[in-house]
Amino acid sequence: MQLTGAEIVIRCLQEEKVEYVFGYPGGSVLFIYDELFKQDKFKHVLVRHEQAAVHAADAYSRSSNKIGVCMVTSGPGVTNAVTGIATAYMDSVPIVIISGQVPTAYIGQDAFQECDTVGITRPCVKHNFLVKDVRDLALTLKKAFYIAKTGRPGPVLVDIPKDITNQKCDFEYPKTLSMRSYNPVVKGHGGQIKKAVQMLLEAKRPMIYAGGGVILSDAADRLTKLARTLGYPVTNTLMGLGGYPATDKQSLGMLGMHGTYEANMAMQNCDVLIAVGARFDDRVIGNPSHFGSVARRIIHIDIDPSSISKRVKVDVPIVGNLPDVLDELQKLLESSDGVPDQKALAAWWKQIDEWRGKKSLKYKQGKEIIMPQYVVEKLYEVTGGDAFVTSDVGQHQMWAAQYYKFDKPRRWINSGGLGTMGVGLPYAMGVRFANPKATVACITGEASIQMNIQELSTAKQFRLPIKIINLNNRYLGMVRQWQQMFHGNRYAESYVDALPDFVKLAESYGHVGMKIERPADVEPALREAFTKHKNDLVFMDFLTDQTANVYPMVAAGKGLSEMILAEEL
Amino acid sequence: MRHIISILIENEAGALSRVSGLFSARAFNIESLTVAPTEDASLSRMTIVSTGSDDVIEQITKQLNKLIDVVKVVDLSEAAHIERELMLVKVRAAGKDREEMKRIADIFRGRIIDVTDSTYVIELTGNGSKLDAFLEAIDRALILETVRTGVSGIGRGDRILKV
Repeated sequence: MQLTGAEIVIRCLQEEKVEYVFGYPGGSVLFIYDELFKQDKFKHVLVRHEQAAVHAADAYSRSSNKIGVCMVTSGPGVTNAVTGIATAYMDSVPIVIISGQVPTAYIGQDAFQECDTVGITRPCVKHNFLVKDVRDLALTLKKAFYIAKTGRPGPVLVDIPKDITNQKCDFEYPKTLSMRSYNPVVKGHGGQIKKAVQMLLEAKRPMIYAGGGVILSDAADRLTKLARTLGYPVTNTLMGLGGYPATDKQSLGMLGMHGTYEANMAMQNCDVLIAVGARFDDRVIGNPSHFGSVARRIIHIDIDPSSISKRVKVDVPIVGNLPDVLDELQKLLESSDGVPDQKALAAWWKQIDEWRGKKSLKYKQGKEIIMPQYVVEKLYEVTGGDAFVTSDVGQHQMWAAQYYKFDKPRRWINSGGLGTMGVGLPYAMGVRFANPKATVACITGEASIQMNIQELSTAKQFRLPIKIINLNNRYLGMVRQWQQMFHGNRYAESYVDALPDFVKLAESYGHVGMKIERPADVEPALREAFTKHKNDLVFMDFLTDQTANVYPMVAAGKGLSEMILAEEL
Repeated sequence: MRHIISILIENEAGALSRVSGLFSARAFNIESLTVAPTEDASLSRMTIVSTGSDDVIEQITKQLNKLIDVVKVVDLSEAAHIERELMLVKVRAAGKDREEMKRIADIFRGRIIDVTDSTYVIELTGNGSKLDAFLEAIDRALILETVRTGVSGIGRGDRILKV
């Protein structure tokens, strides 16, 4: 059967069981949109800016483990999408981006809306393709979906010149795929896993350090089982929150720059560390030589060999798919004669409980000014801890991570690697499309939300009952905090002036707006938003303390045990 | 430490920029890079000379392996190998210099492949230090132009890089 390139694109998306395409039409993708119009197997979500299309597809994937798909036109369509693509790349999220390109004969002629898409996106995609022959189109799309999801996941872009979408060829969607140059490892090395079990059982001060890989590979259940079998403490990275239940007694909470005292101290002082789907990021271990100054043995499981021994030398590297490796580890552990050293473990837990006694997340909520932490804690209570929470980037992101206790994976959606302001609202949209009945809250700030505020329009069109929790301190809070701590209180350009009236703004889009100024009103307002306005988008503008800082804090370049605590100031 | 890394990569448009982009994005050194198709036209072979600590070289090979189009990566300098580089030198060869230039070219087993009244083009193959030595041996003032290919390398004996 002969189909046009545009028809082939649509058929491939249907074959991949795509439910939603997030996108924005334009000249180079008109043939594709024409075919999209004629079908009803998947839906198109029209965003108001291409960046939001990619973020929404990204969150759709993060919250569901399906592949997010977005479509943009050539030139500015692509350049607008780049921030979204780089965001997904840094957090290893599987998405497929279909971009239009000027007709083949025009490429390189500085045509209208032309850009070197493959060149511009190359450093921020797992892989990209320029389709030069309509006969390659189906196989290329098949490869794109396959590459995005397998191995260490990531965004894959397919650039399709306009003439290709209008040429015909025979269509058959390939059922299987083999690529001689791409064969990701699945099973871990048996000998290494054996060594890891041995090392884990010899530990006196063990620590489990779990990252975003646990979420991405759906390994949370297995990690939880392993941790409970061993009885060892667990800390999660920002990207790993929900990979181990935060309310469990073995959880030490998040570690890193704004991690809890107990998590950072245990990380620094452990003698055997098992890193599971984590990459010893600069925001996680601080200064690598300070971290390396304490003798400890490290087991590192990751699907990406280049993540191992990149920043920190490890003793037992295990390359493999986490669920497979953890199954194998569990099996060996259960059949082993050895057991953890209970006496040493009891002493270690006693030490950890002492660190916990510092209560490093405590803060004071007075009667006059709303503390941002208090809003997050109340949100946690009102939603029963069961919401999908997206965030933007800055102080509010850290408070969300610290005070909303995630017990399940894929509930906490944020930009960890790239740290992209403006993701919160489009992320909430993507989450809601993937989870149509879910409670979705977007914790944001008055600066971040304005970076993609136009999506209030998309949210109206698709009736997405997102609850926007705007922690409004009239400052670029994290910038202000660094300026206060490291730049002599010179608040260069960190005051956010001329703010809109967010209530009226929300109302102008047809949403519900609320302004909350007093601590006593926080909980009632939240309850109202989540009950009376259950089916509405509610923009909740909380006026919060302007000088609140995020603690604990490991300053850039410092070691994990060199935390600044709230009480010390 | 200097390393010679050999890569087999799918012979696709943009393959070279994926590799060179990786080196610049991650601040890895490239001393030289050569690339050409192999006897199997669907594959290209690249030889990259880089310097770095063992950790850096380990990252380089891991990151190269991560590129979707890369089929195989080998660090040739890990074991016995041969490296060669080709140089073409255009020199002034007139009067008393003419005979002397021929003599030095012979000593280095170079071949004169173009002759005019006043110039030679000398072709010279060898490892980098041999080519450097030749340039040192002749009178600097007589060098009109040089062009070098960068290093190509191959493993000795049974070490074979093939799909």
